[in-house]
Amino acid sequence: MTNLLKVEGVTKSFGGLQALSGCSLSVEKGSITGLIGPNGSGKTTLFNVITGYVKPDAGTVTFEERDITSASPSQVFTLGVGRTFQITRIFPRITVLENMLVASQRQESWLRGLTRSKSSTQEVAVATEWLDFVGIARLASLQAGALSFGQRKLLELAYVLVANPDVILLDEPAGGVNLTLINEIAEKIRSLNKDGKTFLIVEHNMEFVMEICDAVTVMHQGVDLVSGTPEEVRNNPDVLDAYLGGGADDDDVGVAS
Amino acid sequence: MRTRIKHGWWLLALAAFIVYPLIVTNPTWTTIAIFTLIFMACATSWNMFSGYSGYVNLGSAVFYGSGAYTMALFANHLHMAGNGDLFWLVPLGGVVASIIAIPVGLIALRVRRHTFVVITIAIFFVFQLSAINFSFTGGTSGLQLPFIPWFITNYNTPFYYVALGIVLFAALLSAAVRRSRFGLQLLAIRDDEDRAAGLGVKVFAVKLTGFTLSAFAVGMAGALYAMFIGQIYPQFVFDPVFDISIALMAIIGGLGTFVGPLLGALVLETLQQYVTLSYSNGSLYLIIYGAVFLVVVLFMPQGVVIALRDAWLLRKARREGQVTVGAAVSPRTTS
Repeated sequence: MTNLLKVEGVTKSFGGLQALSGCSLSVEKGSITGLIGPNGSGKTTLFNVITGYVKPDAGTVTFEERDITSASPSQVFTLGVGRTFQITRIFPRITVLENMLVASQRQESWLRGLTRSKSSTQEVAVATEWLDFVGIARLASLQAGALSFGQRKLLELAYVLVANPDVILLDEPAGGVNLTLINEIAEKIRSLNKDGKTFLIVEHNMEFVMEICDAVTVMHQGVDLVSGTPEEVRNNPDVLDAYLGGGADDDDVGVAS
Repeated sequence: MRTRIKHGWWLLALAAFIVYPLIVTNPTWTTIAIFTLIFMACATSWNMFSGYSGYVNLGSAVFYGSGAYTMALFANHLHMAGNGDLFWLVPLGGVVASIIAIPVGLIALRVRRHTFVVITIAIFFVFQLSAINFSFTGGTSGLQLPFIPWFITNYNTPFYYVALGIVLFAALLSAAVRRSRFGLQLLAIRDDEDRAAGLGVKVFAVKLTGFTLSAFAVGMAGALYAMFIGQIYPQFVFDPVFDISIALMAIIGGLGTFVGPLLGALVLETLQQYVTLSYSNGSLYLIIYGAVFLVVVLFMPQGVVIALRDAWLLRKARREGQVTVGAAVSPRTTS
C-alpha cells in the first residue's frame, strides 16, 4: 500500500491559539480514513492546511510524492484533492446544474474559459450522471438556493465528484442529516471507494466512522494521538481520556445517533 | 421557437434605436439620446464585472476619465483636425482604460467586497486629483479638443451612431460573457469565492480579466464624450456622481441581469437630462435618483427586471394551476 496523501509535523497557530502542533497523518491509496477528535482538536484546520486555504507555520503536506504545502486551493484541487465543507457551501444563485459545471473544468487553463461556452454536451451528461448518482438529478434546473440542507450536502458531494479527484476530503458528511440520509451517504462512499476513490473523513458520528473506515486517526489538541484500525482505536485508553478526561470538552461523542 | 421570438424583440428594439435620429431631428432630443446611450454602455459594461462577480466598483469614472483624456491628449499632440478621423481615437480610449485597469485591479482586487468598494473610491480620487494637479492634463482648466465644423442640424448624428455602436459592443460582450465558462466562474465568485477557488477556479485571474474587460467600453464612452463636448474638465470626466449613477442604474434595473442596466440607464439618464433641461436645475435629478433608489430597495430589492420576471412567473404558474417549487423562487440577494 502506498501513501497517497501524507501530512508531516504540521504546525499552525492563530495568534495565541495553537491549532496544530506537529500533526502527522497518512492516507493510503484506496482507503477510507477517518479523522476524529474532540471539538477544537484541529481537524478542520488540518483540512484547511491540506487544501491550501491555510498556510502552515511548519511541516509539509505531500500528495502523490509531490509537495503541496504552499499550493493555492485551486492548484490543490487541480492536482486531484477535492473537499466538502462542514457548513455546506454551494452557489445559491445559480442553478444546480451550473453548480456542477463550475467544478468540471479541473485541468483547464483560465484563459480557455473566456472562449468556450458554459458547458459542453458531454459535461452536462457527466454532471447529470453524478446528480443522478446522489439522487437529485430532477432538481438540476432549480436555483441551488432553493435546495434543502440535505440536498445541499448531496450537491456538494456531487460537484466534488464531477471533477474526478483522486482523494476526497469530507468534513462531517453525516452532520445534521437524518438517519436515512446518513445511511445513503455511507452507501455512496462505500460504492465510490470500491471504484478506487480514496476518502479522508472528519466525523463526530462514531457509529458512522467505525462502520465505514479502514483506518482511523484520533486528534487531540493539535496532534495526532493514535492511528490504527477502528477496533484498535476504540479500545485505546488514551482515546477515552482525550474525549472524556478533558472536562472542558463536552462533546457529542457517544451519542452516536 | 421561444428564443426566436426573444431575438425578434431585440431586433425591434435595435431598429427603433437605429431610426430614432432619422425621425427625431431636434438637437435637444438627440443630445439627450447620446448621453443616454453613453450611460447604457457604461452601466452594461459595469454590470458585466460588478453585477456578475458582486464586486461593486465605485470608481468606474477612472476608466471614463482615462478614455476622455486619451481622446483629448492624442487629438492635441497629433495635431488632428476636427473631423470624423477623431472617431479612431474612441477605441484607443478603450485600450488605454483597459491598460489602466490592470494595475488598479491588481491593487483593488486583493481585498474583498466592502473593502473593495472603499479602495475603488480611494483610487478614483487619486485619479481625479492627479488630473487636477498634473500639467499635461491642463489642470483645472482642462483640455480643449479640435473644433468640429459640422452643421448644427446633423452634428449629433455621427456621435449618435458611434454611441449606439459602443452600446452594442458592451451588450454583446456582456451576453457572451454570460454564456461562457468565464461568466459562470464570475457568478460562482459572487456566490462563494473561497468555495470557487476550492473547485479549481483561478479566482484572481478571473476577477482581473473581468475588471479589465469591463473597463474597455467605459473608456470608449469617455473618449466619445470628450469628442462630443469638445472641452473636458477633470471634475466632469472624473466625476463621483458618474460612479454612483452607473451603479444605481444597474442596481435599479437588476444587478447581474442582462436587460437591467440597459433599462435602468435608458430610463434614468433620459429622466435626468430631461429634468435638468426643463427645470434648468443641475442637481434636481439627484433627489429623484435617491427617491427611485429608495423605492426600489424597499419594494424590489433585486431590481425592477427580476421583480417583474418573478411576478410574471408566479402569474403563469397560478394560471396553469400549479405553483411549482422554485418557479417563483429567487433566493435572497445579499449584495
